Amino acid sequence: MCGIVGLFLKDTSLEPNLGRMLTEMLITMTDRGPDSAGIAIYGTEHKGKVKVTVQSDHPDRDFADLAKDMQQALGGEVTVRVNDTHAVIEIDVAWAAAGRTVLAEIRPDVRIMSTGETLEIYKEVGLPKNVAARFDISSMSGSHGIGHTRMATESAVTTMGAHPFNTGRDQCLVHNGSLSNHASLRRKLRKAGMHIETENDTEVGAAYVTWKMQNGASLGEALASTIDDLDGFFNFVVGTKDGFGVVRDPIACKPAVMAETDQYVAFASEYRAFVNLPGIDHARVWEPEPATVYFWSHDHAPTATEKAA
Amino acid sequence: MQTFDLEAQGLRNLNAALQAQSKETNQTAWEVVNAKGSHAIAVGLDAPIEVNVKGSTGYYCAGMNKQATVHIHGSAGPGVAENMMSGTVIVEGDASQYAGATGRGGTLVIKGNASSRCGISMKGIDIIVHGNIGHMSAFMAQSGNLVVCGDAGDALGDSIYEARLFVRGSVKSLGADCIEKEMRPEHIEILKDLLERGECDAKPEEFKRYGSARKLYNFDIDNAY
Amino acid sequence: MKDDAKGAPRTVPIQSATFSNSANAEIRRAAATGIYDIRGGGSKRKLPHFDDLLFLGASISRYALEGYREKCDTSVTLGTRFAKKPIQLDIPITIAGMSFGALSGPAKEALGRGASMAGTSTTTGDGGMTEEERGHSKQLVYQVLPSRYGMNPDDLRRCDAIEVVVGQGAKPGGGGMLLGQKISDRVAEMRNLPKGIDQRSACRHPDWTGPDDLEIKILELREITGWEKPIYVKIGGTRPYFDTMLAIKAGADVVVLDGMQGGTAATQDVFIEHVGLPIIACIPEAVRALQDMELHREVQLVVSGGIRNGADVAKALALGADAVAIGTAAMIALGDNDPKWEAEYNALGTTAGAYDDWHEGKDPAGITTQDPELSKRFDPIAGGRHLNNYLKVMTLEAQTIARACGHNHLHNLEPEDLVSLTMEAAAMAKIPLAGTQWYPGKPGTSY
Repeated sequence: MCGIVGLFLKDTSLEPNLGRMLTEMLITMTDRGPDSAGIAIYGTEHKGKVKVTVQSDHPDRDFADLAKDMQQALGGEVTVRVNDTHAVIEIDVAWAAAGRTVLAEIRPDVRIMSTGETLEIYKEVGLPKNVAARFDISSMSGSHGIGHTRMATESAVTTMGAHPFNTGRDQCLVHNGSLSNHASLRRKLRKAGMHIETENDTEVGAAYVTWKMQNGASLGEALASTIDDLDGFFNFVVGTKDGFGVVRDPIACKPAVMAETDQYVAFASEYRAFVNLPGIDHARVWEPEPATVYFWSHDHAPTATEKAA
Repeated sequence: MQTFDLEAQGLRNLNAALQAQSKETNQTAWEVVNAKGSHAIAVGLDAPIEVNVKGSTGYYCAGMNKQATVHIHGSAGPGVAENMMSGTVIVEGDASQYAGATGRGGTLVIKGNASSRCGISMKGIDIIVHGNIGHMSAFMAQSGNLVVCGDAGDALGDSIYEARLFVRGSVKSLGADCIEKEMRPEHIEILKDLLERGECDAKPEEFKRYGSARKLYNFDIDNAY
Repeated sequence: MKDDAKGAPRTVPIQSATFSNSANAEIRRAAATGIYDIRGGGSKRKLPHFDDLLFLGASISRYALEGYREKCDTSVTLGTRFAKKPIQLDIPITIAGMSFGALSGPAKEALGRGASMAGTSTTTGDGGMTEEERGHSKQLVYQVLPSRYGMNPDDLRRCDAIEVVVGQGAKPGGGGMLLGQKISDRVAEMRNLPKGIDQRSACRHPDWTGPDDLEIKILELREITGWEKPIYVKIGGTRPYFDTMLAIKAGADVVVLDGMQGGTAATQDVFIEHVGLPIIACIPEAVRALQDMELHREVQLVVSGGIRNGADVAKALALGADAVAIGTAAMIALGDNDPKWEAEYNALGTTAGAYDDWHEGKDPAGITTQDPELSKRFDPIAGGRHLNNYLKVMTLEAQTIARACGHNHLHNLEPEDLVSLTMEAAAMAKIPLAGTQWYPGKPGTSY
């Protein structure tokens, strides 16, 4: 049970303000989710590099010498940018898999939040304003981002239980609602070899989407299949390198509202998350239909396209 | 005209001031600025005052209204005018889900579109929507009138009781026990009045009427679903 | 059994425990009618219950209080978290929500009279507030249910507390049903429905779903009532740890938790008997949630479902509840299922004590009916007196136990005052088996 915000910029001149705009949106959703918060930011890309965002409960210990140790193990350039409990490790894209293996060996307590060429995920337990402040999300720039505030229902309030969940390279997913078949789906997906860390229902939703895509589905197809295979109530917002998508369950009673202007497309659980966006008074504001997949992408014409992707 | 800055003065002060107005009040015109999507604006009013809310509202604006006219100059969040007893609520923009839910009287006018579950469980309220309405609207609607100048979404009037539904455009699908009914002269009269109250220039003759087939009224296993 | 023709002993006919007479009768009934069985009341099966718990009285290690001279307080305050006007009750036994519609007007009046005499509250139900009930109830809790029948802001303001009903123990996850036989003119008018049709109530609220929305609904209710009234959230016993926590996160002042022995006016028998948790399994989990949030006693816990006597009250409080609510027991105190109507119960195909077709409106005791003739049989003044007597007796019984355990207030009863008689009760209530320090699942122990 939660609050979701999403912001996709069409106007590149707003990119330096993405973090600030998203943070303001996120904080308005505090009442819906005071337990933990997370933000996925699609920022700068360095050609040929991949970013692995990691988290540690002991950042001083784990992040000291991390670049040096990884460089030694991988035999190539590694940069590490520490941000509070998180660090963004940048390595050659060819070493993405090797990097994860090395990391598990040399820093077993470090947890991977996300992997992507532009994506960085920051999430922690606590009030959204405190979480945003500790990572200084406001200062970040990027093309689009998704934020989430969580009111835990049945699973623990932990960093790993916070959203967004990384579903694949440069992909992430957040959820508002409550899935009622996540236990059996978790068993099925684990049997199929998927790694699912927590008892969180959303993590199962994220793993399901990843699994579908590993089996050949496009992200849009994977999302469309959630309508048949996931039981319960959900609004999912997914981030991709190019944009973001939205899907609601067929009953569609968890709130969802969208706003679009020439400059951006925004998603939120409640309208009040939009109030400080530029030109909101003249934006097209509407609610996504049930059981329909929406997509916005920099690659396509930047308008709502049902069942695109 | 009293102007109230919601951001500066706070929700509790706003509702306390509005609720304190009596039938004989001379402070009949109010303006609320900086609404900014806040919840529970102008709820539980019980005096013939007019409240103009500048900007969009969050959940339950004008909830349980009696007598007052609440005019939202923007869009309304979920449950606008929920359980309204009397008075008038006007939404210049769109309304989110549950508009007029369980309303027992008064008039709700939505000049834009209404989302899903418009008029859910309505109990006597009259709702006039200039645009379209979403799925599951008028679910278990008991009494009152729902007028839709645009189109209706899926499962209109599911498990409906005695509410009257008038739709000018298309209906994506009808819910269980909801059927199209004959538009008789008395319905044209009712609709004419509703359209006038809703400031709609649509013609009553352009509408179709929907209501209960009354097959769910007494338990029958063949109705199970 | 006689021997067979050749003189060999015969086998004795054996009734199947699985295909019992009652199970077979239900198969035949279903096959003949095509309709599932609808009835009132709570679970009738034998469940782990308060009877499976015992108190450890005082002896040498603890000192008892003198029964008739040393004070044992029974008062309780509900709604101390946010409400400006919490409810003060003389006794920790309240009357649960039962609708006008399910019950007759005079029966609701009697509940108000009895509860007020005893210094406690009564609760409306899925049919709105009646004048009889408001007039005769010193403290009245107004329920906000999914159906919102009769809901209006005036009643919201003239009640003493508001109870947002998410679910009830008899049917967590289910809606309501009042068959046409009971939709009289007055009931129909209060519910804005045509007379004589079956009234269905939704299983979810019409204008919110989930704790994040509930928080906003509670804000609205507080704004309408000037933040004066305590807001209760009532849940059926299913996942009490999470649900208690979420009700509190949504802003509840009081959590009302109803186990599967708790009654309903009418729902499917399969729902009553196969969905939900016994109340003794619910209380410790709800208390754990309150303790984990450091709000035990600050957010009050009212429990219900099968409370019959002062021992049950004392046990519920010892497990950590602040108060209990009674429904079925209150109806019996009023005269429901009284053997004096046995001939009429027989005529309805049942017997006193087993009558549960309250939805049919033919109650010989005149309590669960809208039939004017049957209603006349019930005297609300005598009924109120009986309820008051019964509440007094339960309170005295609970005090007797509390004093024997050395407590000067019912609220000082604690889990350590209890032992379990059965493994099931020990595991569910997390109370050691009598004579041991152990219960199944006790942390740090192996099974």
